[in-house]
Amino acid sequence: MYVAVKGGERAIDNAHAFLAEERRGDPAIPDLSVAQIRAQMTLAVNRVMAEGSLYDPDLAALAIKQARGDLIEAIFLIRAYRTTLPRIGHSRPVDTGAMACIRRISATFKDAPGGQILGPTFDYTHRLLDFKLAAEGEAPQAPTGAGLADKMPRITDFLNREGLIQDEPPGEDTPPDMTRAPMEYPAGRALRLQALTRGDEGFVLGMAYSTQRGYGRNHPFVGELRIGTVTVEMDIPELGFAIEIGEITLTECETVNQFMGSKTEPPQFTRGYGLVFGQTERKAISMALVDRALRWKELGEENEGAPAQDEEFVLSHADNIQATGFLEHIKLPHYVDFQSELELIRKVRGAAQAAARKEAAK
Amino acid sequence: MSITPALDRPQALGLLARAPADRLTALFPDLPPHETLRAPEVGAVMVRGRQGGTGAPFNLGEMSVTRCSVRLPCGTAGHGYVQGRDKDHARRAAVLDALLQTSAADQLHASVLAILAADEAERRAARAARAGATKVEFFTMVRGEDQ
Repeated sequence: MYVAVKGGERAIDNAHAFLAEERRGDPAIPDLSVAQIRAQMTLAVNRVMAEGSLYDPDLAALAIKQARGDLIEAIFLIRAYRTTLPRIGHSRPVDTGAMACIRRISATFKDAPGGQILGPTFDYTHRLLDFKLAAEGEAPQAPTGAGLADKMPRITDFLNREGLIQDEPPGEDTPPDMTRAPMEYPAGRALRLQALTRGDEGFVLGMAYSTQRGYGRNHPFVGELRIGTVTVEMDIPELGFAIEIGEITLTECETVNQFMGSKTEPPQFTRGYGLVFGQTERKAISMALVDRALRWKELGEENEGAPAQDEEFVLSHADNIQATGFLEHIKLPHYVDFQSELELIRKVRGAAQAAARKEAAK
Repeated sequence: MSITPALDRPQALGLLARAPADRLTALFPDLPPHETLRAPEVGAVMVRGRQGGTGAPFNLGEMSVTRCSVRLPCGTAGHGYVQGRDKDHARRAAVLDALLQTSAADQLHASVLAILAADEAERRAARAARAGATKVEFFTMVRGEDQ
């Protein structure tokens, strides 16, 4: 049965006007510019780009302003916008080995060739509130040192030389794209990595943490974590050659995991991999741990029944836009649904009470 | 007509794509007459990565890109592909791509490309120098037991 209901328009219009006023806040305080958000709320912008799955810092900053700082709402705006863009094509796979690093550390080798480059990190800060930031001051200036090598060697290559780490099988197959075709299980690693890199940071972090606490333990070391810029190359049909169409910041994490061998594989180190838009290191490390946990089948490991080993569970709950859409829709009008529930419960309750009276009268 | 020896056409297009739009406008403000073959169009390019950094490709996420194609009165076509959603940037890159295939190439190399390349080199060197200053220098204590 349809029940046509009208009359909400004025309330909705006024709610939106109220929202706009609240978003602006106290007019005595200067309006926050999109450029300020892009330049000074960079890590929020990065998260919105990564989970919105669209690299565009200006748009991400605008979305954060529009969403009043609610990052999942901002990601929602970006996802909605990206569906309006025609797909021009795809890039060549980016070469993270040629990344211009601003940070590059290894937790496995102190004397890693290329060195330990800390970069702009929160690590080793004391996590004490800095009240100087509450006052306007001069722009800080970082010291400069000798530049870095153009190409940082990969830590896993050193292990690979001794054959101690599982090879990464090469390939040039066109990877599946979850934005073009519905998810299918088993997903395969390419699809899993796509789902994880745009997955909710909190969810992926929680899954990764569960493996560390023993639910599908896989003994990870951060073999290497690097943050920096890579150029994006694309083949242009009308030109007949590839050009660089831009430059993006990425965070890459390679974990080295203990592996005692299985029926099919010798004892060796195995890999987990994380690659995420922007400076997003917590997410990249989390992604690498979950990637490794989901590889149990191809490595011939035991299925412990841990949540992080369950591909369908992880991948179908990692997307915060799907999750929030389904969760938040239950607050929207369900008057008719609920009316039928109400009638049902009255009927069942009436029958139960009648039966109880009948029993008591015996 | 070849463009400047220092920078081939893919390199020039890459430089134009990565250049900040306002900087390019400042260096090359006035566009010569041209015909639009394909009006500036904003779209998305799916960026791919490799599994484990070196393995088979996977889809990482999209980036916004704007493209445009033009033709000069002499018949030379130019194509611009630039990062972001700035339509003027894409048109300016396309016009420059066309002009760089004409006798104007040498002059444009000096007045636009060389400056963009220097800007970019300076920007990259500044980042690398700041990162370089955060390189850890370990001091290792050697204990006597092994001697």
